[in-house]
Amino acid sequence: MQRLSSALFLLGLGVLIAAILGTMQLGNVSPLAGDAINAAAADQVGAANFVTAVVLGYRGFDTLLELTILFTAATAGGLVLGKRRKDARRDPDSGFILRAGADLFFPLLLVVGIYIILHGHLTPGGGFQGGVILAAAFFIPILARPGTSLDHRLVSIIEGLAGAGFILIGLLAMLAGEEFLTPLLAKGQLGTLLSAGTLPLLYIAVGLKVGSELAGLLAHLSETEASD
Amino acid sequence: MELLVLTIVVVMLCSAVAVLLFKDFLAALAAFAVVSLGLSVLFVVLRAPDVAMTEAAIGAGLSSLLFALALRRLGLWRSRG
Repeated sequence: MQRLSSALFLLGLGVLIAAILGTMQLGNVSPLAGDAINAAAADQVGAANFVTAVVLGYRGFDTLLELTILFTAATAGGLVLGKRRKDARRDPDSGFILRAGADLFFPLLLVVGIYIILHGHLTPGGGFQGGVILAAAFFIPILARPGTSLDHRLVSIIEGLAGAGFILIGLLAMLAGEEFLTPLLAKGQLGTLLSAGTLPLLYIAVGLKVGSELAGLLAHLSETEASD
Repeated sequence: MELLVLTIVVVMLCSAVAVLLFKDFLAALAAFAVVSLGLSVLFVVLRAPDVAMTEAAIGAGLSSLLFALALRRLGLWRSRG
């Protein structure tokens, strides 16, 4: 039975790859796409950071699927790790340097992460990078004091709301008669904080989702008992 | 400029080989982080700050942390020295 299902899986995978290879036009990659985007992005999307214009404006659906991959990975990680035993011993608090450093770094990392998310459409960085920094900000205190933990329920609520917000913004574009995830709202003046329409909102959703997801995963991983 | 790129690439290659050769998991993890850090510096030199940020945050920071926590979970988190 197991062999049959493995063979079926392999067959399905083969058909999938063959279908993709069949529809792909190999060797016909246009090297001009980058130049075309460089020329048009400022007017079409209004984001000073063209990488953001591509990630959220032209390729918003890809980004949604990237978030899905991350979500699946984090969920699978949580599933594999399971629950900790009741009698498992906790690690003792770490030394003075890490504890003092954690207190010092928490607000600093928080500000840097939020700054990078909010300025994703202006300067390098964005939701993913800022989200990882936010996750680090919330994980360092756990590293310093293993007894404390994150509120996992709150983390999942934030994660769910952020993911739903991303899709909702995309659906609003459809309600306005555009394609899914088309940037809406006024583009504003290029290079100002309130510009690029819905792109900053999308990046806030991405940042919150990535941050809460990774912080939850790291906290979960550090809560599992260490084997001897 | 070229000298800088060359230095970074050599350092990255050496630490990548060191990851394979180190018997100590902790040392291998540190060498792995050095590869990612070198790569992120290389991205800055090649004027791709967005990718450099991602590499520094995810490659050097988060994945090293994940590996470290996994080592701790498996009971391999101790120096042999």
